[in-house]
Amino acid sequence: MSNLTSFFTSRWGIVSAGVFIGVLAPILQKLGNPANMGICVACMERDIAGALGLHRAEVVQYLRPEIMGFVLGSLIAAMFFREFKPRTGSAPIIRFFLGFFAMVGALVFLGCPWRALLRLAGGDGNAILGLAGLAFGIWIGVLLLKSGYNLGRATPAKAVAGWIMPVLMIVLLLFALFEPQFAQGGPIFKSTKGPGSAHAPLIISLLVGLGVGILAQRTRFCTMGAIRDVILIRDFHLFSGILALVVSAVVINLLLGQFKPGFANQPIAHDSHLWNFLGMSLAGLAFALAGGCPGRQLILSGEGDGDAGVFVVGMIVGAGFAHNFALASSAKGPGAFGPAAVVFGLIFCLVIGFAMRERSKA
Amino acid sequence: MSEKIDARGLSCPQPVVLAKKAMDKIGKGTIEILVDTMTSRENVSRLARSAGYQVGVEEKEGEFLLKLVKA
Repeated sequence: MSNLTSFFTSRWGIVSAGVFIGVLAPILQKLGNPANMGICVACMERDIAGALGLHRAEVVQYLRPEIMGFVLGSLIAAMFFREFKPRTGSAPIIRFFLGFFAMVGALVFLGCPWRALLRLAGGDGNAILGLAGLAFGIWIGVLLLKSGYNLGRATPAKAVAGWIMPVLMIVLLLFALFEPQFAQGGPIFKSTKGPGSAHAPLIISLLVGLGVGILAQRTRFCTMGAIRDVILIRDFHLFSGILALVVSAVVINLLLGQFKPGFANQPIAHDSHLWNFLGMSLAGLAFALAGGCPGRQLILSGEGDGDAGVFVVGMIVGAGFAHNFALASSAKGPGAFGPAAVVFGLIFCLVIGFAMRERSKA
Repeated sequence: MSEKIDARGLSCPQPVVLAKKAMDKIGKGTIEILVDTMTSRENVSRLARSAGYQVGVEEKEGEFLLKLVKA
């Protein structure tokens, strides 16, 4: 087992995780998921928020089994390798709102970092602005980290604390399987048109999610960490994972005829360069302050990290607000109040970043 | 020179940031850093090796004492 562990933590391990996601995401798209959205943690959590009725945007409501798969796959891997460690208590309320604003930023751009990479690999030039914004936000986060920013220690918790997120995911999975109706018309809501109605078969989505969850848990795959480590310590370990993701997704997209280069009329995207950049700047800063991209937060919540779980819940609630309050973008461009929310979110993150600095030694 | 750091309960990337600060401070010598997740153990070890430190690990009750040594 230690051989397996050292493979997963090696350069080839992280590359294999990137290739796994890069190959399977375009295939999920081929099997029904929305365009350039084979996997997108932010969009999929937003669809879950819609399915639960936290927002009523009819075109984005579906209980995405990939999300449940990520958390449960991580749980399985963590159990098997004895890494399931229930812990919590590191500034949960701050993490909740970091998750909230991370989602707002991601929905102004229209995608999490995974989808930004997949959009790039599908030929969507607007992803370049998003990724540049992501790097910019993470760079600000690194400056804050260097000046002593810290959310404080988590402490070991009783097992039940670590089980809350996995059990929540099992409940959501049961809802997805049995589609109970809690009121006439829903919830559970399920889109009949738009991106929410586009999905691969449930069992395939779940299996891919489980596979990604297991691999990402073992390799610590993280898109935010990839960029942060390059800036902070000139370490390209995680970065080789996201590079592998993009290269393999480009290859598969070319093979499947899904590569369509350009800026205009890209699927589920807009070409407002400024707000693509600033939306992802907000998301990147929030991820950096919380210590992980949305995918990584799901994985951590599966290995018992209650604080990561709070971030995930913050993202799901944030998605509800993003659509109820016209913050989320559409193909036409940013929502009416999206730009204002991005500015507000950036201010929030900067205030947190400065206020949570510690001068003495931790 | 030597440094001792307790990085238990700190999430990524804090243990790495603290290790990096200690390395910048002492240059050569020994840094002992106590962490409580495999991820922190891997991340700090990778940083230390790339900076030319030798890494020793003592595992005790789910915690890892990393000894980073540069002569």
